[in-house]
Parts: sequence; structure tokens; C-alpha cells
Amino acid sequence: MGEFRQARWVEPLVFEISRESKRGHRFPRMNGLLKAALREALKDMPENLRREKRIDLPCLSEVDVVRHFTRLSQMSFGVDTGLYPLGSCTMKYNPKVNDAVASSDSIRYIHPYQPEETVQGILEIMYTLSSWFAEITGMSKFSLQPSAGAQGELTGALIIRAYHKRNGEGDVRDEIIVPDSAHGTNPASAAMAGFKVIVVPSDMNGCVDIEALKEAVSSRTAGLMLTNPNTLGIFEERILEISEIIHDAGGLLYYDGANINAILGKVRPGDMGFDIVHLNLHKTFSTPHGGGGPGSGPVGVKEHLKDFLPVPLVDFDGERYYLNYDVPYSIGRVRAFYGCVDVLLKAFMYILIMGAEGLEKASEISVLNANFLARKLSEIRGFSLPYGKDKPRKHEFVLSCSDLKHETGVTARNVSKRLLDYGIHAPTIYFPLIVKEALMIEPTESESIESLKEFVNVFAEISNEAYMKPELVLDAPHNTSVSLVDEAAASHPKTMCLSWRMYKSKLLSGERVKG
Amino acid sequence: MPHPYIPNDHEETIREIMKSIGIKDVEELYSDVPYKIRLKRRMKLPDPHSEMEAKREIERMLRRNSTVKELISFLGAGVWNHYVPAVIDEIVSRGEFLTSYTPYQAEISQGMLQALFEYQSMICELLEMDVANCSMYDWSSSLGEAARMAVRVTGRREIIIPHYISPERLAVLKAYSEPAGIRILEVKQKISDGQIDLEDLKCKVSDKTAAVYVENPSYLGFIIEDVKDISEIIHDADGLFIVGVDPSSLGVLKPPGDYGADIVVGEGQPLGNYMSMGGSLLGIFACRSESRLIRQMPGRIVGMTRTKDGRSRAFCLALQTREQHIRRHRATSNICTNASMTALRAAVYMALLGPEGFKELSEIILSKTYYMIKRLSRIDGVKTPIFKSAHFKEFTVNYDQTSRSVDYVNRELLKNGILGGKPLNSEFPELGETSLFCVTELTSLEEMDRLLSVLEDVLGG
Repeated sequence: MGEFRQARWVEPLVFEISRESKRGHRFPRMNGLLKAALREALKDMPENLRREKRIDLPCLSEVDVVRHFTRLSQMSFGVDTGLYPLGSCTMKYNPKVNDAVASSDSIRYIHPYQPEETVQGILEIMYTLSSWFAEITGMSKFSLQPSAGAQGELTGALIIRAYHKRNGEGDVRDEIIVPDSAHGTNPASAAMAGFKVIVVPSDMNGCVDIEALKEAVSSRTAGLMLTNPNTLGIFEERILEISEIIHDAGGLLYYDGANINAILGKVRPGDMGFDIVHLNLHKTFSTPHGGGGPGSGPVGVKEHLKDFLPVPLVDFDGERYYLNYDVPYSIGRVRAFYGCVDVLLKAFMYILIMGAEGLEKASEISVLNANFLARKLSEIRGFSLPYGKDKPRKHEFVLSCSDLKHETGVTARNVSKRLLDYGIHAPTIYFPLIVKEALMIEPTESESIESLKEFVNVFAEISNEAYMKPELVLDAPHNTSVSLVDEAAASHPKTMCLSWRMYKSKLLSGERVKG
Repeated sequence: MPHPYIPNDHEETIREIMKSIGIKDVEELYSDVPYKIRLKRRMKLPDPHSEMEAKREIERMLRRNSTVKELISFLGAGVWNHYVPAVIDEIVSRGEFLTSYTPYQAEISQGMLQALFEYQSMICELLEMDVANCSMYDWSSSLGEAARMAVRVTGRREIIIPHYISPERLAVLKAYSEPAGIRILEVKQKISDGQIDLEDLKCKVSDKTAAVYVENPSYLGFIIEDVKDISEIIHDADGLFIVGVDPSSLGVLKPPGDYGADIVVGEGQPLGNYMSMGGSLLGIFACRSESRLIRQMPGRIVGMTRTKDGRSRAFCLALQTREQHIRRHRATSNICTNASMTALRAAVYMALLGPEGFKELSEIILSKTYYMIKRLSRIDGVKTPIFKSAHFKEFTVNYDQTSRSVDYVNRELLKNGILGGKPLNSEFPELGETSLFCVTELTSLEEMDRLLSVLEDVLGG
């Protein structure tokens, strides 16, 4: 089995390779007219508002900058490098043509305040894309504004708030229900929108406990936030009952679209009874996650909520596309302008290339791949597949290595670090919280059978190691740019160092400093 | 034919997988979805396109746009046309960066983590602040988060903002503030010079004030002068001082850390990012090194540490217990996905420019601002700027004395291939027929001359 070796550059900080004599970029020289204007401007600028001290940025040549960041890139790991089974993050392949299109001058050099007649092309793309999202999810109308999934959730929660307020129940309906297996963003978004968060437990099958839900709803219920399939990768079979319980109580149903890659073309949130949906374009619709973002989290609603969407919406009057600010009960805005337009363009390309048929195929294969891995990995010593034993998984599943920990001392964290040694990114670990020693695995449709088998072999090998020579796993990783990082020290007030200047001042003051 | 993005899209492979999981049909994996809600038709979407066809199709649609490469643009107001050095596009196109997730697994993500630490560090130098997070979505969401943070830190619920603020930024601030019960008060600005009315500010600041927010340069391009006084007024009342910045000004303008800012927000798009119709932006967010502030900061922060064996320097996400994936409904923010790639662009940009390059950038923009104002104000009836203060990059142009409306002028300019300033008449009716012009290092003298001659025709004719 071929082991992996990540690049190990001893790469100093940009500040540490700075040489006073170097320049990385030159601007055109100012001519006499501009120099004169500058003198006048500086005279006009109040003394106390002029920057006196030079900015302490590093001085590097262009060559230095390119080498520095190229080396840093070699000490990073993306879907382009290898298998990235990070559960709930849908790290599928990011088609290169999408980046090529989003890098074209015809998008990069558009200003958001250009008159509508000069941007009909991009408005048409945005309008068409929102109608595609409506069709994919079974919703009536989409806003493309939210910058990410969590901002989509906030938008949705603000819509729920505005809806109840409009109905004169704003003060009464102050609770949002989330299952205990929900993504952390759900309760955080609900809280940001001013709601109390009510957590309902999961049942034996890892699904929403219906009896507990019935008890949780009341006249204070504003809504429920749910992902389906849930974070265990199990479809909430009783979704129609759930929907009825919430709607009967006067609440709205919010669909967290993080897991929708499993069900494209099979079943739509709108048909399950959801009123509001967000999509993560950096998950399901193949746009690169960029080491953390930017993503995009469009929000769709059913007919009765479309008057609450953020402004502006992109609309079409039969002749021209335009930005529609006439949304009577709009929640306003969650960001400037119209959304991550460059990201939207990539998602548009993806849907165009996949078509209805391709998207459905992607879902099917992502589910097949996940079930293949769930079956094979749960047969390996030390690992098990808790909850819903006989239920098929969807795009992801949650493995537990509780037995392994019990028998060898090797934890989910250790396993995930050891996976890195084999050139495989770690799964999401210790989530959802209802599974002990959880490893949440989502292979996506991008992995081949060969790569899945290799993954299974690596897991089997790690299990062997755990039983035979556990220190190899406990001390992992060994083949990455650095060995196990002291994360506690990074957050400890004594050793915390969050910037170069903090580092320098701690050094000067003789404090203990890591780094 | 197998799909290029789906390696297992092949009958035999699918059969093999089905066999090993003991099913005969893929549909069995969806047997738990109630039949009643299954989609019983194919989604109404386009037929699959080959890469070549899709590219051709989207290029056809994009041709219906005109860009600022074809038109001469004087638009700014939140997104600005700056030069992006070629190195940046090259670096961010590297798949190890571009296709990675948030660097939860520190050991295999050292490069991305170090780059983000460097972004934070260089932003701190630019702002003269101690700590920056590794990005928010954009300036306006940074402002919304800053207001909420100030409320958490002080336990008070009023935020005072200037009258002249971008309506979009204000809308976001309101959306973020309302659920937290935050009251937003406006402080007056003098119509003559745009300066904050300090008397009015003193009246409004009280023991209920969580923070005062000002922008420098302001939304309308003029510089707020009394920042030290403002800082004193709010600090005397034990509130926080939040400052919003356009970083491209900081080569010549005093950084907010030097005049008492506790929290700094801003738009990082000028630092190596394209406009993309206001697409992927970069929310700057920084604060002082006080633990009551740092602990309440939203967003991801990268810290420098060492490996456990003590052998080498290392980086990882720090203070994660503030965040939603750990703290859930008690988190400082719900933010998860942020804007790392635009932050990486900013890091490369700052590393390229260095102290001298940054100063040059600001000076070129400043010189063009003054050159343009001077030339424009020679046109009969044009008043620019309205506010008698120093300006940077943007400035108001008023047509009241010309009997022409902003809409008319802009329509005529567009006929001549020019995008005039952003109309302000609906945002701030008290300013009359006024628009907001913007120049950057990319605005050439020829373009300015062209504007002047067309404008003279339009207003004279």
C-alpha cells in the first residue's frame, strides 16, 4: 500500500523573509499633473489624519511571493489532491471549466451598479438559475443573495420571524425546534434571528422522535429546522407526519439543504412539506470551497412566503431582466449587492453540463458509494454502524469506533489523523453528537470504485495497526507537513498568538510563546 | 457513456457495487422515501451539455453584458475597479488551496492555515489592530456582526451610526440587529462639510450606547476629521468605537487603530479581488487585544502554535469554542463558510505591494481624486464635491445648477460609453441631483478627459 508524503517546507512567515531592498509590484509613475494634484491633496488632508508610520508590511520580490505561496499550497490538501470524505460537506470534484468561465472578463469586470441594460446576460443567468433551483427543490421563488449556507439559514429564520410578525404573532412564536443531530449552524442561526432553540431527541433509528416532537410543539412554535436525509445519512421517513405536526401547530418548516446531494430528482423538499429551503452551492453544485469560502447559500420559499424574501430579486418582465425591489414584507438584506455572482455562475455551468439526468445520476452514485463504504467499513474490526441497522444510508453515514477505543485506546481522532498518513482527508469527527466516537463519511459520486476499495483497505490496515501496534495510530500523523499540532496551546490565553504583532509583542515581553 | 465527473457511472461498476451491498436496483436505496412524495417525473432542467456546448452557451449569454473594459466607469460605492496583479490569479488557482475545505485538520492544511495567519497579520499591520479574524462575507455583514458583538461585550443595546452610510450596508445592519433588540440611532452630519456633529453625538451617547460607528473615508468619500474626539466621547461613556474602512486608503490615511478603534470592519475587495458584479467579497473584521473583545469575536481565527513534540512551528484554528459547531445556539455567530479565498487573494496582494507599494497605491488614487475634482469643478454649474472636506477615491458631483437631472446625465454619458457616478437622489434627497463618482489607480487621464469633454457637451447642450 503506497504511503503518502506531504511536502515539508520549512517556510518562514512573509515577515521573516522580508528584505528592505525588495519590491513585489510597481504601479505606473505619476506624471507632473498627478504629482501636482497629490501635493495639493496632501495639503488638504488634515495633519492628524495622515498616516505617519510606514505600514509594517513585508518587502518581497515577485519571485519571493510566488515561491512562498506555491510552497504553502503544497502543504495544503484539496479534492484535487485526493479523497476527501468529509461528511456533510459534500467535497465533490469541482469542474475546471466552471472556474474558467467565472474567471472571464465578461463577469469579473462588471460593476454591480451598472444600468440593467448593460448586464442583461448575467441577469438572465441569475434568473434562469433561480428558476432551476425552484424546480430542483419544489419551491416557488429563490433569492440568490445569501453568501453561504449559514447565511441562508439566517435569512430563512428571519423570514420565519417576519412571517409570524406579519400575522400578529411575532411576540408569541419565539421558539425554533431543531433535532439533536442537527448541524451546529441550525441552532446558531435560529438564535441569531432571536429565537429560543428547543432541541428534540432522536429515536432508536436516529430519526426525529415523533412523540418528543409532539410534546415540543406549542403555540410558541415558530418553526422547525431539519435536514433530510439527516446527518446520520438516514431519510426521515415520517417527514409528512413531522410536517403536519409543525404546520398544525402554526409553525413553518425549514429545510437545511446541506444534505440534498443524496436526493436530486428523487424527492423534493417542497413535496415533503418544507416552506423554506437553502442550498449550498459549494456542496451540491460543485463550486470549490476555497479553504473555507466564498460559498453561496440561495434561499427558496413557497408561494406564501415570497413577499418576505431579501431584496432585490432578479425578475423578468417578458422583455428584460431586472432587479426587483418591490417585495412588500422583505426582511431587507443580508449582504451587499446580489450574492456571490461568480459562484452562481459556476453552479449554472454545473447544472447545464449535468442536466436533470446527470444530477439524478450524481445522487444515485453518491448514495451507492456511501452504502458500499458503510457496508465494507462496518465489517472491519473495531468499527460499527449505529442507528437504523437495516436502513439504507443516503449520501453519508456515521461510523462509530467505540469498540476500537474500548479495546485499543485508539479514538476517532486518532483514526482520522492516521488516515492523513495515507493521503486521505479525515472524515468529519465527533459529529453528530448522538454517536460516540463518530466518523461521518461522505465519499460523494466523484470517487471511483478503485478509490473506494483503497479507502476500505486503508481502514482495515488502520484497524490492524490499532490492535497490533497502537502507538503508530496514537502518534499519527507521521507523513503530513507537521506532526500532531498543539491545538490547546493555540487557544490558551498564555500561549495564544493570533497575529505577527501579537507574536512580536509576546516575544518582547518575555512571555511564553508558541511558534 | 459514463459522465466525466462520475467515475462509477458505468453499468458493470454499478452492478458490482449493488451486488456487494445486496441490492438489485438502485431504487432500493430510496425505498424509505414515501411513494407519495417521490418525484415521479424527471426534473424540468436543460438536457445534459458537453463541456464545449455549455461553454459556448454561457459565453453567448455573457456577451449580452458590457463590462468596464468596454465602458469607462466611474462607479464605486462599495465595490471598486482595482488592478489585480497576475500573481494572485495564479496562486489562487492552485487546486490544493482552491478545492480544500475549512482547515479543520491542521496537520494536512498547514499551508492554507499559514496563508490565513499571514492575511490576519498583514490586515492587523494595515489597520494597526492586534487581532483579525480570517474573513467575513463582506463589509456589511462584518458591520452587522460588529454591532452584535458590541452589544454582547457591553450589555447595552444602542448603536449610533452616521447619517451618510450606504443604504445597503444599513439594510444589512438592520437585518442583523433587529432580532437582537438593537436600537440604531443616527448622528447628524453637517451639510457643509459632512463632519460628524459632535454636539449631537454627545447628546445621543449615553449609558445605553454599546458603540459608535463611523466610516473613514465615509460612504460619500469625504474624510471624517474628528475621529479622536469621537473616540473620546464614546470611550468616556464606556462604549466601543467601531470604524469602517476602505483598505486602499490606508497608505495615506491614519489607520483606525491609531485613533482608538476597538473594532474595525471594512471591505477587502480592493485587495486583489475582482468586482464580479458585487460577487465574492471579503469582510474585514479586527479588534484590539483585549480578552473581552477577542472572546466575543465572530468567525474563524487562525493561531500560531507548535507541534505537540515541540519540534516545529505550526498553525491551527484557534478559539473554536466560540463557534457554532461547538457552542451551537450560544455561539458568537452562526458563520461557518466564510471568504477564505478572497482573504488569500488579499494576503498575496499585501505581500506583493509591501509598505511602499501600498503607499503608492493610496497616493495615486488620492492624486486622481483631486485631479478629477479640480477638472470637474471647472464645468459650469457642476458642484463637486458638495462637502468641503478632504476626499479619497470617491466624491459627490451635483448638477442642481445645470437644470439637468442625474438620470439624464447618466443616460447621455452611457450613450457615449461612460458609466457616470452612482445616483444619490433617492438615497439622500437633501443632496439634490447628485451622484457619487469614483476613481482608482485604473482610471486613466485619457478616460477622465473623455468624461470631461462628454459632460461639457451634455450639460452645455
